[in-house]
Formats: sequence, structure tokens, C-alpha cells
Amino acid sequence: MNRYDTFGRRLFVVGNYIFLALTAILCLLPFINLLATSLSGSTAVAAGDVKFLPIDFNLKSYEFVMKSEQFSRALWVSVERVVLGVSVNMFLTILAAYSLSKEKRNFKWRGMYAWFFFVTILFSGGLIPWYVVISKTGLIDSIWALILPGALPVFNVIVLLNFFRGLPKELEEAAFMDGATHWTVLWRIFVPLSKPALATLALFCIVNHWNSWFEGLILMNRTENYPLQSYLQTIIINPENFISMARGEYSDLLNFVNARTSRAAQLFVGTLPILLVYPFLQKYFTSGLVLGSVKG
Amino acid sequence: MLRIGRSRTTPLHLMLLPSVIVVLIYSYLPMVGLVIAFQKFNPAHLFSSPWVGFDNFKYVYYMPGSMQILWNTLTIALFKIVGMIVVPVTFALLLNEVGKSLFKKSFQTLIYLPNFLSWIIMGGVLIDILSPSDGIVNQGLGLFGIEPIYFLGDPFWFPITMIVSDIWKGFGFGTVIYLAALTSIDPSLYESARVDGANRWKQTIYITLPGMMPIIILMSVLSLGNVLNAGFDQIFNLYSASVYETGDIIDTFVYRLGIEQTQYSPATAIGLFKSVVSFTLISISYYLASRFADYRIF
Repeated sequence: MNRYDTFGRRLFVVGNYIFLALTAILCLLPFINLLATSLSGSTAVAAGDVKFLPIDFNLKSYEFVMKSEQFSRALWVSVERVVLGVSVNMFLTILAAYSLSKEKRNFKWRGMYAWFFFVTILFSGGLIPWYVVISKTGLIDSIWALILPGALPVFNVIVLLNFFRGLPKELEEAAFMDGATHWTVLWRIFVPLSKPALATLALFCIVNHWNSWFEGLILMNRTENYPLQSYLQTIIINPENFISMARGEYSDLLNFVNARTSRAAQLFVGTLPILLVYPFLQKYFTSGLVLGSVKG
Repeated sequence: MLRIGRSRTTPLHLMLLPSVIVVLIYSYLPMVGLVIAFQKFNPAHLFSSPWVGFDNFKYVYYMPGSMQILWNTLTIALFKIVGMIVVPVTFALLLNEVGKSLFKKSFQTLIYLPNFLSWIIMGGVLIDILSPSDGIVNQGLGLFGIEPIYFLGDPFWFPITMIVSDIWKGFGFGTVIYLAALTSIDPSLYESARVDGANRWKQTIYITLPGMMPIIILMSVLSLGNVLNAGFDQIFNLYSASVYETGDIIDTFVYRLGIEQTQYSPATAIGLFKSVVSFTLISISYYLASRFADYRIF
């Protein structure tokens, strides 16, 4: 605000700040409420007293969740899935993007391949045939069911190939002059030069694999093969399930924990990895998106 | 320019080979599998079950409530598409008035986060805060003397809740994009407008908004393909039988019909209908985007 502003302008600026601040708070409150619930005693939660500050602060819900065999097993499946899935995604993306980034006069099949992949963005077989194919290829109840069908993220390939095309051609030409193979040029020149772009795409893959729940739900018949988000899906639908499964040595915790507090704690643990990568995501996201729409 | 000889393209083909195999099996084979929409599916025969022509389509068309599902899908999706343009544009304009500050950055950080959370997490949050008995939202409404509203169980409120919560989750993304578009507007335009005596409001109307128009048009055109995507992840996790009349959409219906009731053929018929409509719309949208916004994909 500067002193030459009119009264109306000042009023607008103040109102604008207040409105934006309120919106931000409104967006944040549900999460604070959930965090407070997860940290509160079960009686206070059941009575509906918990608003934005924990009452009877304790970590029992988290202890309860961590002791749950099902939760830790699902967490492990998710970790396995992210590590395997992201590796496969990135490997295929890098290879495909390199080939497709070649000029048409050097690789005349380029257009044909590009369309072959692009068609899958425009058209799909839909849920049922997809399910039938995956079950007929014997992937049901295997971790590969969560990795192979989406092994090639076509959008990422497009982003990366556009990035590759923006790299100086002279480097690659010089390397070819010295007798380098495509394989060496890709891993010794292209990949080291594209680290920021690759980091962005890897982050996308991590978030995608971590967040996806539907595949786990329908492709895994046995619940012990569920990744964390699929398992959480069963919990949000029916939180009592989780409580009733608690038995043995940690059932004494039930005095401090109820369905709502344990659900809140599980949702928070499920969010944690996203919160950890979020600062990096935010940094790279806009640049990554711009990459996609700029043609090489 | 060095010419790479014929033999040197072999490694390029080899690099594409694993991707081609995966895409062929898991993307193209299901497209072939769409033939079961015209068959009476029998698991033993896979894609060569007996042909029944358009019977599955007729069956679905005459199924009670199928037109209502199409209508639900269209209305929810259209409101989401429009909201996902109007809300982010508004916030980008408002944020633009704040100037470069910590406030602006923190605001973006906050509103952008839900975009990266799954609908499982967001669904869990919504179920908790919207609960009619002890949810924080109804407690808040209670302060104003409003009776508890069953947002997720009332057929009137359900679609509204879906639209609003989807915009809540997604508007940060659009806001960031539109803000980026704002920074590319030539500052000298504002200077000359000020010299000519235009106030901030006039500057917004005559410079900022037109400056954002190309990206607004691009984003709108690209969202055209979502007309039949009302948001499976969201609705599947929040709906219940009591809101089917207004909240059941094509994707959730296909899931129940195909996966739960194992009526593969009719479910595939609906899927094929959706795929064909979406394909047409996406193709048109990419064509328009490349024609008018010079948007190129590869």
C-alpha cells in the first residue's frame, strides 16, 4: 500500500488480505482438526470436544497403529511398490524418451512410435477389459500387477523427450564422432544433463505410486497384499474394522484409542511421505509443467 | 549435421522394445478386449465368446436409472470443470494484488498441498469433518443455529459436496498455473495504462484478464475430455446407496456392475460408450489447442 492510493484501493487491499488469509485458514483447519483428533484421548473425541487443539494429549493412537500388523505390512507393500515402480517407470521413460527425441531424418520410425504411445492417452479399453487382461496374464495378487500395467508413464515420456530435444546437439554429435554408442551418449551425456527434469519426473512417479489405491483394491484378492492406500480405503469406509482386529498384547491400548482417533492417526501416517517430498515437488512442479508444453 | 547410419538405429528400436511390449499388452490388448461389449462374456473363451450384437447396449439403455447416471455424470463433471477455471482465475487475480511477499508464497504452499494427497486421505478427512453427529463442520454450523446437515448421505447435498470438495483439493494447481501466466504479461502495458489514467480495476479488466486469456482457453479446452469424468476416486470413496439417485456416476456404476456383479459384457458396453465419447472430445480438444493456442505435445 502506498500513500497515493485512494481510500477504495486501501479498503480493497485490506479486504483482499483478510479474504485470502481466511481462505488459507479454512483450507488448513480440517487437517489441524484431524491432527488434534489423532493426538487426543478417546473420551474427549467421542464427546465431540476436540476442535483444533488436542485434549488429553497422548501418542497412544500412533502406538496402536504402529503395533498393528496389518498396517505395517501394508506400509511395507507400499514402500516396495514405490521403489520397484519408480525404478521401472524411470528406466522405461529415459529409454523411450531418448529414442523419441531423435530427429526424424535420423530415426524415421520416430513418428510411428510416438503415435503408438500417444494413442493410449486418447483411448483406453476401460475398466473391465483391463481387469480381464491383467488377470489372464497371471498378475493377480502379485506386486507386479501394481507396476507392469502402468510401467510406461506416457506423459512423462513426452515431457522428457521435449527436454532432451532442448539439449545442445553439438555434445551428442561430438560424442558420435568419437565413436560413442547411443547407450553411452544417453547415460553419459543426456542423463547427467537432465538431472532436474529427471528429479521432477521421479517425484511424480513417487507420488503416483504412493497415492494409487484402486489397483491394489481390485487386483489383490488377499488383503495382506494391499498397499497402504488400499488398506486405508477399507479403514475409512469402516473404522470399526480396525479396532475389532486389535487383539493380544496391545488390546490394553483400546482404553485410550477409538475408531476415530486411530483412523486420524493412520491418515496422518499415510500423508507423511507426501509432506516430506512436498517442498521438492513445489520447487520443481511449475518448471516441470512448463517443460511439457514447450516444444523442442 | 552428422548423419547416423541405418545400422545405428537398431539400438533405438531396442530401447523402445520393453515399452512397446508393456503398452501392447496392457493398453492395446484391453482395447481389443472391448469386443466383449458385443459378446456374451464367458471367462473360458476370453475375447471369443458368442456374439450378441448390440444386446448389451440395449440392456444397459433400458436398465432403470441408466439415463439418470449419465445425467449425474454430466452435471457433476461440468460444474467441476467450470469451477476449476473460475475459482483458480479469481484467486490468481487476487494474489496478484498482494505483490511478491512471504504471504503470497505461504498461501500458494497451503492451497497447493491437497492436490498431492490421494482421495483416500482427502476422503478420510471429509468423512471425519462432515459427520453429522460430531464433525467439526456441523458443530460450526450449530453455532449459527443450523441443524446438522448430512452432506454425504443426503441426495441434495451430495453432488454439491463433491463439487466443492473437488475444487478445494484441486484449485491450488490452477492458481499456480495462472499466476505463472500473469508474470509473463509485459509490465510496460501497465505503465502506459497508468499514464492514461486507468485505475487498478480497469487495468485488471483490460490488461491482466486478456493477458491470461490464452492460458485460460488452453486449460478449458484441455479439460473438455473430462466431460464424462466426474471423479471416480472421490465419489467411490464417499458415496453410499442412499445417494445413488444423484451421486452415482458412469465409473462407479461400471465398477458395481462389472466387478461386483461380474456382468462383464454390459459393463464393458458402458465403458466403450465412455471411451468413444472421451476419445472424440479429447481429439477435438487437442486439435483446438494446437490450432488456436499453438499447443504441441510432441
